[in-house]
Parts: sequence; structure tokens; C-alpha cells
Amino acid sequence: MYTYNEFDEAFVRSRVAQFRSQVERRIDGSLTEDEFRPLRLMNGLYLQLHAYMLRVAIPYGTLNPSQMRQLAHIAERWDKGYGHFTTRQNIQFNWPRLKDVPDILDALADVGMHAIQTSGNCVRNVTADHFAAAAADEIADPRPIAELLREWSTDHPEFQFLPRKFKIAITGAPNDRAVTRAHDIGLRMVRNEAGEPGFEVLVGGGLGRTPMLAQVIRDFLPQADLLPYIEAILGAYNLKGRRDNKYKARIKITVFENGLDAFKADVEERFARLRSQWSGVDQEILKDIEAQFAPPAFRNAPTDDYEAFRAQNGVFRAWTDVNLHPHKVDGYTIVSISLKKHGATPGDATAHQMRVMADLAERYGHGELRVSHEQNIILPHVHKSDLPAVWAALREADLATANIGLVSDIIACPGMDYCALATARSIPIAQQIATRFEELQVEHDVGPLKIKISGCINACGHHHVGHIGILGLDRAGVENYQVTLGGDGTETAAIGEKMGPGFPAEEIVGAIERLVLGYLEIRRDAEETFLETFRRAGPEPFKGFLYGTEETADAA
Amino acid sequence: MSRRFSPKVVSANDLIEGDAVWLTEDDRWTRDMAEAELIEDEAHAAIRLLFAKGQPNVVVGAELVDAAPGPDGPVPTHFREAFRTHGPTNYNLGKRAEGFAPRGHIPGNEAL
Repeated sequence: MYTYNEFDEAFVRSRVAQFRSQVERRIDGSLTEDEFRPLRLMNGLYLQLHAYMLRVAIPYGTLNPSQMRQLAHIAERWDKGYGHFTTRQNIQFNWPRLKDVPDILDALADVGMHAIQTSGNCVRNVTADHFAAAAADEIADPRPIAELLREWSTDHPEFQFLPRKFKIAITGAPNDRAVTRAHDIGLRMVRNEAGEPGFEVLVGGGLGRTPMLAQVIRDFLPQADLLPYIEAILGAYNLKGRRDNKYKARIKITVFENGLDAFKADVEERFARLRSQWSGVDQEILKDIEAQFAPPAFRNAPTDDYEAFRAQNGVFRAWTDVNLHPHKVDGYTIVSISLKKHGATPGDATAHQMRVMADLAERYGHGELRVSHEQNIILPHVHKSDLPAVWAALREADLATANIGLVSDIIACPGMDYCALATARSIPIAQQIATRFEELQVEHDVGPLKIKISGCINACGHHHVGHIGILGLDRAGVENYQVTLGGDGTETAAIGEKMGPGFPAEEIVGAIERLVLGYLEIRRDAEETFLETFRRAGPEPFKGFLYGTEETADAA
Repeated sequence: MSRRFSPKVVSANDLIEGDAVWLTEDDRWTRDMAEAELIEDEAHAAIRLLFAKGQPNVVVGAELVDAAPGPDGPVPTHFREAFRTHGPTNYNLGKRAEGFAPRGHIPGNEAL
């Protein structure tokens, strides 16, 4: 894993010192809120409905145990004992006091973390496949590239005042777990016919009020050309992007209004000019970074005890059936720890749970943890022989819910329980859906199904790419929930289709139940997933389930 | 024809704590909306808002928010403002954990 060099350390410390002084001047009245607001946002500090909120970056979703323990410490010392992991691989603390924030930032710097560029119109935290360096389907570990992008984009003088925020995601695997097509720039690591590493570069994706899937701007970009090419894209966007209208300022609108071909021509022309200015020092830095992401010393051990325990223990078996993912090394597996216990707040972990996960990573996981955009925690390298012990420790900490990828593994933004932008609540809807499906005892039968809930049109809950998407709106002063179906955030990405009228809060859970039970009736067989059934059968039968317009056999 | 002025309270967030506060008739900032001054006159509302905005190192984001008279004092007319008197609904944290009675209608809390 990457550790800060002297430059990183000095930079982050100096930013904390600057912010400490800015906070002091805000409190003593020398800075107005209008002056202070952009300064606090540059350091990830928002003011929400009930308190400040500090958004801390977890670059490419990777954490070591001491970082996770420090997050637990921050939660206990300066917050209310928990943290919220987000869809952008960040963690948010919901209750910091303004005067404590500089101390929190110092505590983060102690473990090589910061909150810089987690807000504002700049390049945000670069996200990556949460199974990076572990998944069996991977071509290469995307994290060294993500780290290179982090270093390059942090405090980049040309790109601190972009027309709007800018999000980059990268995957090193053909199965896209990083939702690259919903990002301003998506990068997919590929190899050309000669076997050389490079990227398929996508541009102009985004959710929010105008959801669009990113389009390919370059089929194959050689690895060494990455930074000049990204610089060319950002440069083109910086000038062409609309600053007159906040809702038209994202690069997706720039690409859409100019057309991909014209935008690409601008990018390529800039790239041709910029390329020669890059001496190759970035590639040397990349080599140093790559050395820090060397794979751990995997061990070779029998897995018989695991198999035996699995055969005996049905609860453990159910957990292994859904919470494990194939690892590239024999005998190893990727463990997803669900932060979605039925009825719990999606993505929340208590300080105690964070410490348990840190201990497990240290003891059984080669010292690595990941945060997924689906708001779960991953132990990417666990030997199967250790699984019974890992599972037992997770159970004690209320972290052994066997529901990864199932109905109750719901993404939900904080919604109006916390967020000042929200138009309705998300969390209680997620809690009620998960609880309802636990009562019905059907989620393992239903199989893979992604429900994603946003509490406003900005779509932090990724509802557009949920197989079932739920959007909470304010309809004449009442919370109302609109349903979209058929969304997909993977390599077969699609924006969900809006169904009919929305449902009030007390009816949305029943509507989702009808949808899912209806799917069970019409799926071809137990192998056909919800998404496949939707793609085959189209929206009509699902509209019938939602609105009761389907003629029943009796009525016919 | 001018629309009838709907009653307002002045609300903001505390600069240090960040939590919701309301302006009282005697110029204090209270954490219980029931103690807020219910303003029924448009010109007076403008004066009270100016007064609030004149305290930038005490509160942030002072604004006029719709409210209605209630049995114990002003109550919110919109659920967003009701949440601000209550705290998040997923945990017992925020205003209600600090012992303040929620004001207005919290959707789903019909039992309260």
C-alpha cells in the first residue's frame, strides 16, 4: 500500500495548519461565512441539516488497519461513535464541531489521510474497483494509476476551479465494479494486440438530474500517455464547460452539447501539443508507486478444515455463498463484510465495528481493507482456512449478515435525515425494505438484485443504475418515491427507466415487494436474474406489479 | 395584488455546533423552535432577518422559514423543518437526544 513520502506529509500538514488558522479567524469574526465557505469546502467540511459533516477521502477505497482504527478513534473522540461509508469510497462524520475539525484533520494526517478535494469544483477522490489486486478476472491493479492521478490532481493549479466537480473512476478488470460509465472520466485498463498496457478512456458520464452514460473517447491509450491525455480532457472541459448554469456545468453536458466528435477533436489537438511537454517523470513516479503496491506474501495452506466447517454449519455456508468472491490466488478468497444488516443504516459502522474489521485485516487479511461504492467493507486477501475464525469474529460484532448483492444490500444516500440538499429520506426506506424482505425469507431465492435509493435528484444513491432505483422527492410537502427499473452500473451499463407515478412513503415498501414477488412469478427459471427478466420481458409486466394494472387470471 | 404574508420564524445553524437554532423575540438563539418569535408582518420579518444576519460569528445561514402557530409556540409547516427540530430518524441523536420535544409533524411518527 502507498505510504506518504516527505512531500505528501509536508503538504497535508501545511494544509491542516492553514485550515486551523482559517477556522480561528472564522470563529473570531475576521472571516465571514461567504469568505470561509469555499475554504471549508476545500477541506471537505459541509454544513448539513443538524450539524457540520466532514467528508474524508479514502483514495481508491484502500485502507490499512491503523487508518481504520484512526477513523474509529475520530468517531469516538470528536463525533458520535460511528461513521458513514459513501458511494464514492469516502467516509463521512456527521457530527463534528467546527472548532474540532483542525484536530480531526491532524489525526487523519497522522495516518496518511486527508479530506482535501472531497468537495468543490475540482478533481474528487479517484475511485477504483474495490476488489483491485485480488479479483480473479483482473488484468492489472488499477490503484497505482489511481494514486498517480491523486498526486497529479491534488492542488493542481489549473484544475482547482473547474466549471463543476469532476469524478474519475478506474477499473483493472473487464467486469466493471467501479461504475466507470457513470463518471466524468472512466478508465478501463486493457491491453492492445501487442500485449502492452493501456486504457479504454470513457468521458461524459454522470447521474444527477441529467443521467448519461460515458462514451468511449479513446479505444486504446498507451499507459505512458495517461496524464497528458487527462490533462487535455480537463483543459478542454475547463474552457468549454458551461459556467453560466450550474445544472449544465458537468462535462457530460459539455460533451453532449458539443458532440463527442468535436469534443474529442479538441482533446486530441491539445493532447498533441501537451504530450511532448511530459518528460516521462510521471512514469518514473508510477514505478515507485507500483513498488508500494507489491502483492502480499500469499501463503499456501490446505483448505480442508474450511470445507469441513462449511459442510457442517448452514449459517456459515449461507454467508460464504454470497459474501465471498473468487480470488486470483488459489486457497484465497475476497470477503465482503456487509454494512447492511437488516434494519440498519446502509454504510454505517460503529467505532467498535471499525476496530474489529481492522483487527481482522491485520490478523487474517494481509493488512488490507477496502471500502466499496456499494457501502460495504472488503477484506481482499483472506485465506479460506481462516474464514471460520473471520466469520465468528464478524458475528460477534454484528457484521456477518449474508446478503451481499441481494435485495437488502441496498445503497442509500444519507437523505433528509442528514443532508441539506435532500428532498426526502432514504435511510428509513432502505431499513424498511430490508426488514420486510427478511420477514418474507425470499432474498436468497430472489438472488442478485441491486436496489439503490437517492433522497434527491442529485443521485448520490446511484438510483439511475439500480436494477430497482428509488428517488425520493418532495411532492407538495410530502415525501414521495419514484421508481426506475432496469438500471445497471456494470460493463453492461444502463440508465433505469422511469415507471409511472411515485408512491408515498407508506406505500413504497409494498410496491417494491410486489415488484420482486412479481418477478419471481415471471422469471424463466431460478437462474434468470431480476435484471435479465426486465430486459427480456420489458417494463409492462413490472408496471403491472407496481400499479396493479395487470389483469389477473380470475378477472379475465 | 400582493399575496398574504405567511408567518415565519428566523432560523439558522449555530456557528460552532452546526445545529439548528431559532431567533427569539428577546434576541436570543434558542434550540427549541417553540421559543422562536413567530413573525406575522413582512416588514418586521425583514428587520429580524437583518438582525440575524448581523451576527455572522454566532450563526450561519440565517433565513426566514415558514411556520404556523401551535399550542406551545411556532411549529414548522414543512417536514424538512420538522426534522430540524427532531434530528435524524435513524438514530436517537441530535435535538431529541438533547431533550427537545420535536415540533410539527415528523412523517412516520404518528404515534408521537
